[in-house]
Amino acid sequence: MKTNDVILQTTTKVVFFIIFIFSIHIFFAGHYTPGGGFVGGLLTTGALILLLLAFDLKTVQKALPFDFMKVVAVGLLLAILTASWPLFVDLPFFTHAFDDFNLPLFGETSLHTAMLFDLGVYLVVVGAAMTMIQTIGGDT
Amino acid sequence: MDYVFFIFVPMIAALFVPLLFRLVKRIHTGWFVLAVPFVLFIIYAMLIPTSMEGFVIESSFSWIPSLGIEFYSYIDGLSLLFSLLITGIGSLVVLYSIYYLDQSKEKLGHFYVYLLLFMSAMLGVVQSDNVISLYLFWELTSISSFLLIGYWYTKDASRFGALKSMMITVFGGLMMLGGFAILSLAAGSYSIREMIANSSQVADHPLFILALLLILLGAFTKSAQFPFYIWLPDAMEAPTPVSAYLHSATMVKAGLYLVARFTPLFATSSVWIWIVTGIGLFTLFWGSFFAVKQTDLKAILAFSTVSQLGLIMSLLGASGMSVHSAEPIFAIAGFAAIFHLLNHATFKGSLFMIAGIVDHEAGTRDIRKLGGLMSIMPITFTVAAIGSFSMAGLPPFNGFLSKEMFLDAMLAIRHFELFQFDTWGILFPVIAWVASVFTFIYSFYFVFYTFVKKGDVEQLPASPKEPPFGMLISPIILAAFVVVIFFIPNKFSDWIIKPAVAALQPHLYAVPQDVTIKIQAWHGFDAPALWLTVGVVVIGFLMYKTLDKWQPYYGIQPSYLSLNRFYDAMMNFSEVGMNKISRAYMTGVTRTYFLYIFASFSIITLIAVFAKSAFAFDLSSVTPVSIFAILNAMILLLAISFVLLAKSRIAAFIALGASGYSIALFFVMFKAPDLALTQLVIETVSVALFLLAFQRLPQMNTHGETKQNKIVNGIIAAGVGITITLVALASHSTKLIPSISQYYKDTVDTLAGGGNIVNVILVDYRGFDTLFEIAVLSIAAIGVFTMIRLRLKGDHADENK
Repeated sequence: MKTNDVILQTTTKVVFFIIFIFSIHIFFAGHYTPGGGFVGGLLTTGALILLLLAFDLKTVQKALPFDFMKVVAVGLLLAILTASWPLFVDLPFFTHAFDDFNLPLFGETSLHTAMLFDLGVYLVVVGAAMTMIQTIGGDT
Repeated sequence: MDYVFFIFVPMIAALFVPLLFRLVKRIHTGWFVLAVPFVLFIIYAMLIPTSMEGFVIESSFSWIPSLGIEFYSYIDGLSLLFSLLITGIGSLVVLYSIYYLDQSKEKLGHFYVYLLLFMSAMLGVVQSDNVISLYLFWELTSISSFLLIGYWYTKDASRFGALKSMMITVFGGLMMLGGFAILSLAAGSYSIREMIANSSQVADHPLFILALLLILLGAFTKSAQFPFYIWLPDAMEAPTPVSAYLHSATMVKAGLYLVARFTPLFATSSVWIWIVTGIGLFTLFWGSFFAVKQTDLKAILAFSTVSQLGLIMSLLGASGMSVHSAEPIFAIAGFAAIFHLLNHATFKGSLFMIAGIVDHEAGTRDIRKLGGLMSIMPITFTVAAIGSFSMAGLPPFNGFLSKEMFLDAMLAIRHFELFQFDTWGILFPVIAWVASVFTFIYSFYFVFYTFVKKGDVEQLPASPKEPPFGMLISPIILAAFVVVIFFIPNKFSDWIIKPAVAALQPHLYAVPQDVTIKIQAWHGFDAPALWLTVGVVVIGFLMYKTLDKWQPYYGIQPSYLSLNRFYDAMMNFSEVGMNKISRAYMTGVTRTYFLYIFASFSIITLIAVFAKSAFAFDLSSVTPVSIFAILNAMILLLAISFVLLAKSRIAAFIALGASGYSIALFFVMFKAPDLALTQLVIETVSVALFLLAFQRLPQMNTHGETKQNKIVNGIIAAGVGITITLVALASHSTKLIPSISQYYKDTVDTLAGGGNIVNVILVDYRGFDTLFEIAVLSIAAIGVFTMIRLRLKGDHADENK
């Protein structure tokens, strides 16, 4: 017997994006207000778990055809590269650079290489959590 | 010429032995090997004139210069005597082994490598001045002896004997290393000569007696003194050339060498004199007493070796008395020790070779089966008789001379006034005399029961005949020395004994010429030693004649009261007993290990806290507690109690989630928004994961929990809780240095371009930590993936069970 999940699925379609956008916000806001890569990543995972609950594993895998292991790898690579680029310009490991830029669309924006590192953290968290959940959930 | 390099010549020659054994099939490998000890013997013999003048030859090369460790060859009279014994008897043994071991049947490649290795090690022991390299060579003799005893490694008895000798001698060697360490600390040098030069400073060291005892342990285990002699009879499983070489003439004398070498340093101590003389004399008696019991030719010789080593040891002890007493007899004791050492090497070497010949020709070494070989093997018999009579202390053989001196020295101990020797000293000559009687008996027993007593030659496993001449050369040469030394003892004395005595008793003699002792075969009728010898011969002969009547009484001693049984029990304990002990605490149950960990954690921490009186309680820096915090703490306590008391797993996890959320609330209260956020999400995700995973597990069961277990668990849990609370309170109350957080507050915008200190610390100030934390997370994900996806399917899944 297949249960009818119309309400859940419809709500999910709306709520998913709200959570996802919120997680992106949390991620970007991290340097000045509470948040950051770790919480952002976890919230994104939460959104994805909601998808998994509302739909089944196969549908989600079809909709998001990522190999989350590779997401982990990309995240780690990004983090380590961000940390090690200063070595090439004769600065200590993990030196961050930041400045204000006047970008065409965003106007006056503060950019920081720590954000790239945080992006690595974000990807690793999403990838690792999703790998675990998919593996455990997919095991019957 | 640097004599230190000659120590390594046999070792280098050993490298080529397997090659020669493989390539040259027609010629017995031993012929090539023979050249090595022979040439070395010539080289060392050429040093005799130098050492007669009292000169020493020194040479060295550095090994670990920064630690002061070097190979230092110091050849004085004592070292030279031993070097000559090692190379001389080594040559004879190699010659003998050429006829004894068959080129086609035996693994000669192994045999000669071990033998040459042993020769190097032995030369190193007797020539080293540096105690560390001395120890190195000392252990090398143990190892090569182990290899040689286990040469026929397919026999159980060989392996047992090899292991036993290894265990005992290496035990002694390690003790000796400890003694060396103490001595070198006390003297500030590794050099034996410098230790002796600083002997007064060394003797004041608080651990001096300990060092003395440790070094004696090394010497006694190696020289098979009581109670460590038990390895020697079992070592007789080695091929006979090995027994002749290692276990009569050279290796077992390494302990004697050590005692002689350290006598100038230790003889000031009464402990040294008492132990060396006492144990030596007791070993002499014990060995000779039990030699009569043996039925195996080599076992008789082994016990006889033990006994003779004891004799030399007691003489060395008596020679130490010359430090305290001006009586000339104690100077003679040292002389007698060296003299008997030389004599013993000659006659015991030849006797072992005879035992090997008998074994080789008759197919057995059991004295009960042998007999009547005199007419079949006349030359062998002659040599055996010479060796045995010398061992018994009869004229005209060299054993007579040293035995006389020995009895004189033991008689003189009565008059030694220091260290209470005048009360107990009377025992010494008595024991020495009784032991001499038994020595006489077993010497006759050895030679006459093998050759003269009527025996059924037809019943022997092989038909005996005179062995090939080559096999007889070595024992004949040694027997010739036995006789020659008797007739010209003073020549030998001038050549090699006096220089050795001068090294043994440097406080008496500056140069070997100062040693004025003359060996005389005839002391006149009023010499007490003569009458003692006459007594030995008469009583010994009578007892020998009635041997068959009283020998069976040896069986009275129950076998469980022997030292061998004690050794076996000890070995058994170290295997079975230790196994039992480790099984008793290694239960394999995780709960037990947690008990150990937690109990020791809280006990150690509490002891440390109170021993250092580190506990402090200070409420001045505590913030006021709000009503919300109290409420939240109560929620947390409720949730945790529920976790502990929950009957089902799901309930426990939900309660765990509740405690997690209340912790998140605490974070909110204590103004940690990032932590609160993360804690909330993590708690949610982990509870979801738990529920996902654990819904498949069966119902919780008790895992054999009993009430007792629960009480113990409760006590230990309470202990850990109290410990942590105390430590937390104490560390909160003692703030030694101010926090560095002000720096972060000041620089978060200027240096890091951010506003959220927590996040900036995570990605900037201390991004390194974060880098590895995400690595941990990745590893966890990969772990989950591999554990679930890559499970072994089918039969192999249970492989580990």
